[in-house]
Amino acid sequence: MKCFSRYLPYLFRPPSTILSSTCHTEADIISTVEFNSTGELLATGDKGGRVVVFQREQESKTQPHRRGEYNVYSTFQSHEPEFDYLKSLEIEEKINKIKWLPQQNAAYFLLSTNDKTVKLWKISERDKRPEGYNLKDEDGRFRDPSTITTLRVPVLQPMDLMVEATARRVFSNAHTYHINSISVNSDLQTFISTDDLRVNLWNLEITDRSFNIVDIKPANMEELTEVITSAEFHPQQCHTFAYSSSKGSIRLCDMRQAALCDKHCKYFEEPEDPSMRSFFSEIISSISDVKFSHNGRYLMTRDYLTVKVWDLQMENKPLETYQVHDYLRGKLCSLYENDCIFDKFECVWNGSDSVIMTGSYNNFFRMFDRNTKRDVTLEASRENSKPRAILKPRKVCVGGKRRKDEISVDSLDFSKKILHTTWHPHENIIAVAATNNLYIFQDKVN
Amino acid sequence: MEVDRGAMECAVDAQSLISMSLMKIHSSRTQRGGIKLHKNLLVSYVLRNARQLYIKEKYAEIYRMQQYEEVMAVCSGIQELDPLEPLEPQGAEDAEPEQPVRAAGCGEESRAAGGREPEPPYYRSCCMEDQFSQNCNKTTVLDLDTHVVTTVENGFLHQDCCCAAAAAAPQCAPGAAARKRKVDSAGCSPDAEEPSDYTAGRKRLKREECSGADCSPDASNISNLISIFGSGFSGLLSRQADLEQVCSKQALASLGAWTRAIVAF
Repeated sequence: MKCFSRYLPYLFRPPSTILSSTCHTEADIISTVEFNSTGELLATGDKGGRVVVFQREQESKTQPHRRGEYNVYSTFQSHEPEFDYLKSLEIEEKINKIKWLPQQNAAYFLLSTNDKTVKLWKISERDKRPEGYNLKDEDGRFRDPSTITTLRVPVLQPMDLMVEATARRVFSNAHTYHINSISVNSDLQTFISTDDLRVNLWNLEITDRSFNIVDIKPANMEELTEVITSAEFHPQQCHTFAYSSSKGSIRLCDMRQAALCDKHCKYFEEPEDPSMRSFFSEIISSISDVKFSHNGRYLMTRDYLTVKVWDLQMENKPLETYQVHDYLRGKLCSLYENDCIFDKFECVWNGSDSVIMTGSYNNFFRMFDRNTKRDVTLEASRENSKPRAILKPRKVCVGGKRRKDEISVDSLDFSKKILHTTWHPHENIIAVAATNNLYIFQDKVN
Repeated sequence: MEVDRGAMECAVDAQSLISMSLMKIHSSRTQRGGIKLHKNLLVSYVLRNARQLYIKEKYAEIYRMQQYEEVMAVCSGIQELDPLEPLEPQGAEDAEPEQPVRAAGCGEESRAAGGREPEPPYYRSCCMEDQFSQNCNKTTVLDLDTHVVTTVENGFLHQDCCCAAAAAAPQCAPGAAARKRKVDSAGCSPDAEEPSDYTAGRKRLKREECSGADCSPDASNISNLISIFGSGFSGLLSRQADLEQVCSKQALASLGAWTRAIVAF
């Protein structure tokens, strides 16, 4: 398998952080990462409601080893904490998801969301500034019109590049429950936002109206047995979307069938193995992330212990199942106690849909090659990251004699978890968020 | 429900999971950002699973107790060879500590109250252990059917809640607190407690206890939360929950608070 044998690690922290990496504020914890559709930009959102966008440097002939580093491009405060006075609830500013819109002009657009509100941000560059106003002097103070004797035409002068972000749309007041995902349609005109019980369809231009297309709220809340955990549009079919549930099932819906997509087209679920039943069966089968493959033929789902690849044509069982960290199966009780069992791991496809990646604990992340069936465990940590060094595969020792390089299950640090990762759409570049640090790894330079 | 206990790395008993789950639900109310519906739903599943196991084991214990009582009755009859003697072990003054305590209390307290060594199969109890450690000095047991929290300390049974239970069993000797639950189940009423009347006796007792209003605040909070989950998220319950329905009227009254919280926000 094509391993990440050489990498150029970058450690990014939000510019406002002045503390060392071992001591960080809660607000700096990265809560989402996303490459844009060309891979030129990388956005991160954090618990403090900030978005930091990185841009890849143009490749330079004079410095070929600095192959496309990512540098901070723009930082802005996307969401602020709010208080819902009617329900006496505080609304967290944490950015749950960021989704890029494909670039259509010089500016970049992205959607960012917290628990209740989705915002469309425009990120644009300004490298010229008008100078030579008649009524204003260079400081901006107004001139007394009576002192003006001649007129001149202002000219645009070059200035230092300034990147500014402006909120172009605010999509609010459509969700009673917490938004867990957003997804832009391939028609580039609509998007969906999903909370625990409902999926709403929006037009990017219209903020005062949204259509509810899925509603699983029971008439009597006591009868609630499952919630929606994630939803995504099909990458090519603009009428198709999928949503995952806390019961471990995925439903594929066609918006052409009915206005309210309560009846699914396809229902993907693997029957539970009764011999594996435990107190925590329901928790570990809850799906935390669902992603269509780039070619639109497969679905990938992540539950607590596994990643599964589903063929859209086969509903009764997954095509492939990969064990991420099965050694945790015997520790579910203590993971329940410290709340780690509720961690929501994400999963990603590489550009060619041949490799899938997901995170784990101890700052480990795992990659599975679907073709060779080989897998690797890598670690995102300062100590192991020297510039241009090779990432060494890691191994967790499950029992018996521990080899020198292995880590025993009991030494794993469960406070260091990799929940969010993203893969460049075309190249082998990955971004991995480890608490408040962002690691960017690249494949070996040939 | 089969539980893969072998896979659990810590000593998981249903009781600790129940209390852990309740604490999570309770603390989620004060968490920033509001109640997380998804997480609380998952916690309620764990609660349901633990509760099902707890009830299943309790029913097994009761069944065994019933069989034991029948055997005892037959044995007494054979030994005494006197048909006029009362067969059922009603007298509270008589120390019959080997009678298993109904679902409440450690095996320890029965031994302390009486003399005879209990037979291990009857003592499922909260400890869930085969050997009875002398160091079992404090255990809290939650009776999910009657919503009574009972603490056993150093071999003495201490009823935390529902003092009405005392009213329900006036004939019981004051010092026989350890057997209070058992006597209730066997029936302090003069009627001979046939095994067939057993369930009826329990139901009657539960009604009395549920109407008791002088519970300690903590225990009543736990009781309320238990009641809520006894009847709430009804989609999660199996049909087997009929026995709880007896107490459900009062439980349902307090149920509204929790579901209202969910719906409202």
